Amino acid sequence: MNLFEPFQFAFFRNGIIVAVLAGAICGLIGVYVVLRQMSYIGHGLSHSIFGGAAASAVLSVNFYLGAGLWGLLSALMIGRVARRGKIGSDAAIGVITTASFAMGLALSNLFGQAKRSIDAVLFGSILGVGGTDVIAVIGAGALSVVVIYTCYRHLLFATFDPEVADVSGVNVARMEALLMLMLAITILFTMKVMGVLLISAMLVTPAATARMMTNSFARMLMIAPIIGAVCGFTGMLLSYHIDVSPGATIILMASTVFLVVFTVTGSRGRRNVGGLGHH
Amino acid sequence: MTSIDDRTDVGAVTPSARSLVEVVGVSHSYGGPVVLDHIHLSIEAGSFLGIIGPSGSGKTTLLRIILGSLSPTIGTVEREPDRRVAYVPQVETVNWNFPITVSEVVLMSRSSSIRRPWATASERHDVSAVLEQLGLAGLGGRHIRELSGGQQQRVFLARALHRRPDLLVLDEPTSGVDVRTRHEVVHLLTDLHRAGMAVVLTTHDINGLATHLPKIACVNRELIAIGSPRDVLTPQVLERTYGAPMEVLEHGGLLLVTDTPLATS
Repeated sequence: MNLFEPFQFAFFRNGIIVAVLAGAICGLIGVYVVLRQMSYIGHGLSHSIFGGAAASAVLSVNFYLGAGLWGLLSALMIGRVARRGKIGSDAAIGVITTASFAMGLALSNLFGQAKRSIDAVLFGSILGVGGTDVIAVIGAGALSVVVIYTCYRHLLFATFDPEVADVSGVNVARMEALLMLMLAITILFTMKVMGVLLISAMLVTPAATARMMTNSFARMLMIAPIIGAVCGFTGMLLSYHIDVSPGATIILMASTVFLVVFTVTGSRGRRNVGGLGHH
Repeated sequence: MTSIDDRTDVGAVTPSARSLVEVVGVSHSYGGPVVLDHIHLSIEAGSFLGIIGPSGSGKTTLLRIILGSLSPTIGTVEREPDRRVAYVPQVETVNWNFPITVSEVVLMSRSSSIRRPWATASERHDVSAVLEQLGLAGLGGRHIRELSGGQQQRVFLARALHRRPDLLVLDEPTSGVDVRTRHEVVHLLTDLHRAGMAVVLTTHDINGLATHLPKIACVNRELIAIGSPRDVLTPQVLERTYGAPMEVLEHGGLLLVTDTPLATS
């Protein structure tokens, strides 16, 4: 078996570029997701975007336009319902995103011809990845790096200590909105390969693994995208050779790395990752 | 006793003192009952004020209004333009599992004007200087969880001082710390005050902290009294503040406030 045989195919080359960049972006944004305990938001947003993706497929609207607008609308609705204060934000996310997900499933059942693309959105696919997707994910990656570089100190302060950041001249509300926007963009531009059902794991696993390996925020921001990219590359190769959806193999690779680091770092790593979200 | 009803203020700063923050007729509610009612308070340059009161008395709300992180429902807060405020939160609210080193924490406080992620040579020099000032030299690379209780408290003081503030605001700086750390904090704050910095803090610790301050304010929804500890810490004011009888003793020139649970029996 020639391990690098699939590189002769253009669709695979596109797929692996997107998978490596998707892994890196998920790892990078995942650092904030994990440290701000936003993983449920990421999970919900990906399910919500599925509704938009299904509607886009049925109405033959551009995927990024339809799913992106849908995701933005869901994020705004989550914010509005949560701000009314009667129910918590977790309940608001649960209600709105599962309704959107259910609508996606209903559309999938009603319009059979759209089933193939809806399956691809759910579980990830390399067949549907084209040149536009490669450009889109490169753009999303570049945007993430530029935003994190220019807002590094503000984002760190607002993540670690929002109350003090607020009185120290950091616009915390703007930083939170920026992170939500980055999260939505990350999900939108990487879900074709990762799949809606598995992308939230990629937002958490590389960052949690990096947390076990370092006590420095700056180093965590460097380690997590490397883990994500390596898992994207190896997972994509494995996906081709064993004929399993790329989302599944990439997440399995990431889970394996997590398990190895969890074992090797011993009690220190367990304490670091176990303490995520706890004071 | 100096009560707010007397409309006098023992220990008040001379008319020439410049006011950093002026709280004028402030009332606040979070949508339910009023938590602060018609508060007037002036924070002058170089002053040192402790705010005491029971849990739920509105101390932290008043602190947040002074800081500017909360807008009052009624009343106004006037702030001197360009004054620099630094805030030290309660250590209990800090996420000790966050992946961050001592230097990274201290560096945060001047983040508003600098875009570059990494520290410049002059910033590294300033961070080292403030860590040395607080007895934390050589600990910059350590994770915040790897320090002793006293060192952890001083890291957050270092972050505040690195901002070079005109006004230092602290929420319960001796809460959850041992006696030695409390002494360290009191001495450090006294030194900063002597160096000309205005300090405002809230505390539950009357004997360990409040009695050592030049000026204290008793708050329970309203400003009950303000002045020097000797003028303010009287059984009458304390009972109005805490809603329970309390006794004030003097020992070796120091005031001691004690509960008197059997006073009514």
